[in-house]
Amino acid sequence: MTITLNINGQARTIDADPEKPLLWALREDLGLRGTKFGCGAGLCGACTVHADGAAIRSCQTTIADAAAMKIVTIEAVATTDAGRRVADAWIALDVPQCGYCQAGQIMSATALLAATPHPGDEDIDGAMAGNLCRCSTYLRIRAAIRQAAGAGGAGA
Amino acid sequence: MPDIAIERRSFLKATLLAGGALAIDARVALAGTAGEAPVALNAFIRIAADNSITIGAKNPEIGQGVKTMLPMLIAEELDVDWAQVRIEQTHAAERLFGPQVAGGSRATPVNWLPMRRVGATARSLLVQAAARKWGVDPAGLATAGGVVTHEASGRTARYADLAADAAALPPIDPENVKLKDPAAFRIIGRSIGGVDVPAIVAGKPLYGIDVAMPGLLHAALEVCPVFGGTFRAGNLDEVRKMPGVRHVIVIKGNGQAESLYDGVAVLAESWWVADRARQALDLQWDTAGLEGFSTDGYAAEAAARMGAKPDAELARHGDVEAAFAAAARVVRADYSYPFLAHGTLEPQNCTALVKDGKVEIWAPTQNPEPGRKLVAEALGVPPEAIRINMTRSGGGFGRRLMNDYMVRAAAIAAQVPGTPVKLLYARTDDVRRDFYRPGGWHRFAAAIDGRGRLTGFKDHFITFGQDGKPIRSAQMSPFEFPAGCVPNLAYGQSLLATNLPTGWLRAPGSNALGFVFQSFLDEVAVAAGKTLPDLMIELLGEPRDLPWLPNAPALNTGRARGVIDKVCAMAGWGKGARLPEGRGRGFGFYFSHMGYFAEIVDVAVSAEGEARVAKVWVAGDVGSQIINPVNAINQVQGSVIEGLGYALSGQAITQVAGAVTQENFHDAPIPRIGDVPEIVVEWVITDNPPSGLGEPALPPVIPALANAIHAATGKRIRSLPITAEMLAG
Ligand code: FES
Ligand code: FES
Repeated sequence: MTITLNINGQARTIDADPEKPLLWALREDLGLRGTKFGCGAGLCGACTVHADGAAIRSCQTTIADAAAMKIVTIEAVATTDAGRRVADAWIALDVPQCGYCQAGQIMSATALLAATPHPGDEDIDGAMAGNLCRCSTYLRIRAAIRQAAGAGGAGA
Repeated sequence: MPDIAIERRSFLKATLLAGGALAIDARVALAGTAGEAPVALNAFIRIAADNSITIGAKNPEIGQGVKTMLPMLIAEELDVDWAQVRIEQTHAAERLFGPQVAGGSRATPVNWLPMRRVGATARSLLVQAAARKWGVDPAGLATAGGVVTHEASGRTARYADLAADAAALPPIDPENVKLKDPAAFRIIGRSIGGVDVPAIVAGKPLYGIDVAMPGLLHAALEVCPVFGGTFRAGNLDEVRKMPGVRHVIVIKGNGQAESLYDGVAVLAESWWVADRARQALDLQWDTAGLEGFSTDGYAAEAAARMGAKPDAELARHGDVEAAFAAAARVVRADYSYPFLAHGTLEPQNCTALVKDGKVEIWAPTQNPEPGRKLVAEALGVPPEAIRINMTRSGGGFGRRLMNDYMVRAAAIAAQVPGTPVKLLYARTDDVRRDFYRPGGWHRFAAAIDGRGRLTGFKDHFITFGQDGKPIRSAQMSPFEFPAGCVPNLAYGQSLLATNLPTGWLRAPGSNALGFVFQSFLDEVAVAAGKTLPDLMIELLGEPRDLPWLPNAPALNTGRARGVIDKVCAMAGWGKGARLPEGRGRGFGFYFSHMGYFAEIVDVAVSAEGEARVAKVWVAGDVGSQIINPVNAINQVQGSVIEGLGYALSGQAITQVAGAVTQENFHDAPIPRIGDVPEIVVEWVITDNPPSGLGEPALPPVIPALANAIHAATGKRIRSLPITAEMLAG
């Protein structure tokens, strides 16, 4: 069945089972392989994308449901102001080790900063609690979010 | 095929390529870290007409930063700016590139001098080319930023401009070239971000799971839930008819976990489709003789064996029985730890194409060459017919030292020749098809004399083995500390059988032995009225190398003392006010992978039994040079958090009726961001060759935590993982 998705500002039509998770549609049907598969069960956050600006787990979202939302993936997140600041901070602080979780981390961090430009430590830990990093780069993730928030100009 | 391991001659030669680029190929002898046979390393540097420099990165990148670190060594001595350098991952060919293993924290000690020699020799060739061209003495030439300068005349030439002249020179022997004085380093010692980080942040497809090519089919593989079970029958025809399913293939096993077990693969144009169809498989397996293996069974057998005489004696020094008979005080305790999984965030996967008798593989592996051998055996093809491309790996931690996914992908692809196949394990299978860190049990006893000295020490180690030998990663060295530092000491070992394949998990062996030995020594210290750092310093004694296994690095007691003193100073150990109720500090030291680490943990334990680590201090000695500080700190902090995770996250692989029970991150958890303490890292710089940082910071944090919990609560942690029930009330 054909379904039209709004991905990174473009209408993209694919032919797939409406039950197919958005994660696999992105990776297999749209060639957007930056969004990662980690657990397939909503436990790791590697598959995080934005749906109407909110961080969601694309392994738990069917394309039937995703069709109604504006989806942004790691490939385009740096075109937003918060996304650019997060990406810059990630590079400046050399956050990744293996890097596999980092697309999901960046998506969660960007959604946090878009909603809460100056998060406290509890906001950070709360927003990032669903994103596992097996390499344990958590200290740098926290520091990079603080740095990206600081680069956002005046605020709290 | 020439065997380079036999041709040990070192040389470096330059060749002019089309378009004026210069190719520099070097072969240098790599000394093993500890007396292994030297092998050759071929490194390459390409200097393009625009003076950009491409350096081959030969080792698999699993997040340890080696793809950045090894080229830094070449670039430093070549005297180019890091901004000019492009890094290219080589394919797997030990014949060409020397060892390509990401394991044992060995990339630094093995490559530190050879890689620098490659850069220095290339630089010397370019300097000679300039001297010839200008008719001047090479001694009057300086290099920087990829440019040769004749200081007297002010003449300059970019390396690229010297390509033709350099290519005309005879090869040079790298062994004769002088290396830089470390005081002149401009790249080594500077924090350099990972070369792939911009691509990672942009979501570029770098990993094995991202491999894509026209016509690719995705495979999901069903294997027996009980390791070693064989396939009898199943509803294959029914699943073949499911929408989207292209093939259902039976894989015949060879009984080797690292190669092939029986399995059924479902192939489709989508992995999601293939995996959904796989879940519809209803298969019958023969598991006769395998269902008796269970976690409870192991524990019962270990308890029964503990009190009996060990199967084998690992070490015996002095008169142990006399020391215990004369002791003023004897401390006894039993320790244990569970099996653990690796849980790399990128599940195991591999892409393979079998075509015209050749096999091409794209694999996130830490150790490609054994995979080549296994694929050759399993498919009956010559090893030379197999090309292995190494992708970036989404974590390794020792899991990808095994190549089961490679052999399985190749075996599936062999049944659909001409079609590339990407095999991906579902998370459940990644958890259940692992090569686990083996569990183990230790019965300790220590004899303390009237003056509070440790005079006797015994350990009965119950581990897993087969045919009288411990299986993979289940060994203990006869020289495990405090051997060599206690006059009367005996280590015995007994073996249990298991059907679980075992393997290397970050700091193998040490990640368990560090916990049990340093925790028990803390008990000894307390019984003798001391703290563990004091007891350690007393046991270590004068600076010297302790006896160790042949071909393995020896523990130097002076270096151990250095990090112990350092961490105690950092944390203000033994100074300051008493900590409030429920708070405590503990210490741990461990030497592994040539690295010396002492760590102090500050923990708070609530009345409900929740342990929260507030802060960890880490002092490490990995020799004379921290090559890339920003990455070094990341590795150490990651190791510390991982170690805390083994203790506090509830990690334990358990087995019922032969099968592993865990499935995913809910029951095989790892630390999350809210669990993470402040971690302060400082280096003790010593005049020793630099060594690796992937592993040695991990082992000491676990006993430091256990000892901190004792300080906070009076409760001893003698088995892992730590649960709230252990600590409540
Ligand atoms: S893959 Fe979606 S949460 Fe793990
Ligand atoms: S960087 Fe490896 S999982 Fe996060």
